Amino acid sequence: MNALLFSALSGVIMMFSGLILKNNSTVRMLAHILLLAVIIVNMLELKGISLFNIDTKELLIFDRFSLLFTLVAAICTLAFFLVSSKDMVRIGSNYPDYFALLFFVLSGVIISASFKSLLMLFLGIEILSIPLYILTGSDKRNLKSNEASLKYFLMGSFSTGLMLMGIALVYGATGTFKTGVPFPFELNKVPVLLIAGMMLLLFSMSFKVSAAPFHFWTPDVYDGAPTVFTSFMATIVKAAGFIAFMRLFNDVFGAIQPQWKLLVAIIAAATLFIGNLTAVFQQSVKRMLAYSSISQAGFMVLAVYALNDDAREGLILYTAAYSIATIGIFGLLTKMKDYTFEGFNGFAKQQPVLAATMVTFLLSLAGIPLTAGFLSKFYMLRATINGGSIWLAVFAVLMAAVSVYYYFRLIQAMYFKDGTGNISIQLSPSFKYTMVVLAAVTIVLGIFPNLLINWLYF
Amino acid sequence: MIVLLLFLVPLIGGLLSFFIKNDKAVRGWSLLVSLIVLFLLIASNTFLKSTAHLNFSAPWMGSLGSSFSLKLDGLSQVLTLLTSISYPVILVATWKTEYRKPNNFLALMLLTQAGLMGVFTATDALLFYFFWELALIPVYFLCSGWGHERRIAVTFKFFIYTFTASVVMLVGILYLYFLTPDHSFSMQSFYALKIPANTQSWLFWLLFIAFAVKMPVFPFHTWQPDTYEQSPTAATMVLSGIMVKMGLFGLIRWVWPIFPGAFHAWGDVTMSMALIGVIYASLIAIQQDDLKRLIAYSSIAHMGIMVMATFSESAIGMQGVLMQMFNHGINIIGLWIVVELIERQFGTRKLSQLGGLAQKAPALATLLVIVALGNVALPLTNGFIGEFLMFNGIWSTNTANTHRIIFTVGALISIILSAVYTLNMIKKIFFGNTNSLTETAHDAYLHERIILGVLVIIILVLGVYPQPLLDLGNSFVDVLMNNVNVANLIVK
Repeated sequence: MNALLFSALSGVIMMFSGLILKNNSTVRMLAHILLLAVIIVNMLELKGISLFNIDTKELLIFDRFSLLFTLVAAICTLAFFLVSSKDMVRIGSNYPDYFALLFFVLSGVIISASFKSLLMLFLGIEILSIPLYILTGSDKRNLKSNEASLKYFLMGSFSTGLMLMGIALVYGATGTFKTGVPFPFELNKVPVLLIAGMMLLLFSMSFKVSAAPFHFWTPDVYDGAPTVFTSFMATIVKAAGFIAFMRLFNDVFGAIQPQWKLLVAIIAAATLFIGNLTAVFQQSVKRMLAYSSISQAGFMVLAVYALNDDAREGLILYTAAYSIATIGIFGLLTKMKDYTFEGFNGFAKQQPVLAATMVTFLLSLAGIPLTAGFLSKFYMLRATINGGSIWLAVFAVLMAAVSVYYYFRLIQAMYFKDGTGNISIQLSPSFKYTMVVLAAVTIVLGIFPNLLINWLYF
Repeated sequence: MIVLLLFLVPLIGGLLSFFIKNDKAVRGWSLLVSLIVLFLLIASNTFLKSTAHLNFSAPWMGSLGSSFSLKLDGLSQVLTLLTSISYPVILVATWKTEYRKPNNFLALMLLTQAGLMGVFTATDALLFYFFWELALIPVYFLCSGWGHERRIAVTFKFFIYTFTASVVMLVGILYLYFLTPDHSFSMQSFYALKIPANTQSWLFWLLFIAFAVKMPVFPFHTWQPDTYEQSPTAATMVLSGIMVKMGLFGLIRWVWPIFPGAFHAWGDVTMSMALIGVIYASLIAIQQDDLKRLIAYSSIAHMGIMVMATFSESAIGMQGVLMQMFNHGINIIGLWIVVELIERQFGTRKLSQLGGLAQKAPALATLLVIVALGNVALPLTNGFIGEFLMFNGIWSTNTANTHRIIFTVGALISIILSAVYTLNMIKKIFFGNTNSLTETAHDAYLHERIILGVLVIIILVLGVYPQPLLDLGNSFVDVLMNNVNVANLIVK
């Protein structure tokens, strides 16, 4: 609750800060301070200290799950600010506005993680999406950015339409927008209206989290958007989509699992298959990361499939592990001139420390033990096997093995291939420290996952 | 407690090595670390032999049902002994080999040792899986960073193979975890499981494939000759001397006692696979001109016989496997040392370009001949005892009569084949006329002679008096057979 208000307020402050603050570094400083405030009030609320309470009329619920996810999202946003905020200057002249839009996205993230009514779900997803359409097109002189923005907007509004239709049908079947209310009919006689609504919601959520076969917009949009914002879209926003996805299917459709379980399993398998196999053939690291985000989404769909305690804990861990690693890799990618794999040749010789942090992130994404990425995949597998499908788990790990191929290509380029030209990039010491801290967090979470997960319970 | 140090000392030593920039200093440091590990292991077998020292358990990821538990029993003692003897030997033998960034190279070597020690002592399945990967990652970097020309593609193949197989194993482990009544990963609860026969039957393969790739068993062996050939020799020694034993170890510790039914039911299939590999690899070894590839194929053949003996499900075969795991490690490291000396001196590994070395390097020739005879399993060398016990085991296999005759005869033929390629190799390197390349050869240096001498002493002593090694594994074999028999009775 507090974090939501702070974040929305920060957005407004940032929007008007451009009128007063003329210096970019002051703007940046202000944004960091405001974000820190969001994190602190959220932590306090998680510890039971709420600054103010507003009656949301049961439209929103701030339980430990949503508060913890808000914390993860806000901290990842901070990591994103620290790694990438300086690079936003290069995109255009509206520097304070970018921060304002990011804060609005964060508000949308919080709403869609805490909805208690389908209307709020719709509102959250919209608040989160509209600033993203703008951010995607923020590089106004670049045709690819414009194209990506238009594509994203058209596809996005189409899926929002589906979602609204789905909500209407569900309302028609149950007579309420509230989630977590028992159905007013017997479970062996599910009305067609509800099934149709459920399907529409499933498709639109799959679109938002770029699960196959609704993923086609992802590579183009991620590739066309300015790299700094791709980083944000591919991590925190996608994670929020999954939290909403899981909450929706847990609270509303949890009682009719037999109706959708197989469908979700197929979506998970298809996402894993398409994401991984297509990523193998990419020549650009940025596009590879776009497909890798699809393949990682496949693993996260497993949480929706399983819907047990493991899945809940695992999804929180997964979003944290995946976001940190991806933000780190994108952070470096933004500074590179050449986005191809060859552009990284010989990188380890010039930047040994950064190369080591990159290895940590890549190992984490590939799911190698002692990294957070391994444990999050482990939780997903555990949830899936516990949910009754060992063959889905076997398929998922085989696809994870495929993912090693493209993640390790980057490691090979950095360490074992000789660079042709000089990779002369300007890196500030603070950037390096942030990357080292992120890598350390990845390893610490890989050994002591309870540091994060225990927040769900105490 | 001491068992924890076996893992911690190389881990910390390895991490510190990254920061020692001086070439001599880092070599000395890593040798010191490996000697400390050897000392600790000897201590654990002699004056610190109490249960408190041989066991360690600490809470770790309690919510996942996993704990950090390590234990030294007979099986792990044999393999940790092999590891801790091999490391100083390898480090001294490659003392003169030039490396780019020796600190990184040696650090990764020590990290591999930490992983190996963990694998051989873990009694928690999840922990075992962690160490399994921990041993793999540094080797990947060693081989890709310091190997020969085709290293990147070849090592990548090796990595993908092993990683794919190991994640499948992870799913198997997770499934077993959900079968345990108390939801735990500990070895005891896995052993106590009573799994229905048809579940065992497919679950067995999820785990077996991971180990089969590592050993490697035909038809999962294709990564192995390339990787051995392209890796830096020090890494090859670790791979072939110790790491392949991880597969066999996994089979004995994590497959047989958990799935005794499936282990028996699939015995004929797996033994046939192993036998095909043994004959096939031996025939290819005879054709090889490249020393490294020759030894690589010979290693497939020897591992195949060990796999057959394991699947014979007999106590005597198991004794033989334990002995042979140790002996094969020692012998093959000896062979690699000679390869390393030859390659460093002449810049080639082609048998056709060598010859007449015996006149120029008599000490080297003598030492190699003894090591090679150990590899062929001639009586009075260590190889003989192990192979004899294993053949005995294969003969007493609990299977149809015609099958065991085929298996035993096939395994015996492989011994003849192994004599053919090994003696052929000796002939081509050491005898015949010298050529322009070997004309100016010099003998092995003193430290190299000493290290080969140590290996030769181990080979001869164990060939005449194998009792200490047998005693080490004895109690373990008893416990294992007991476990398996009890489990079999319940299934029947």
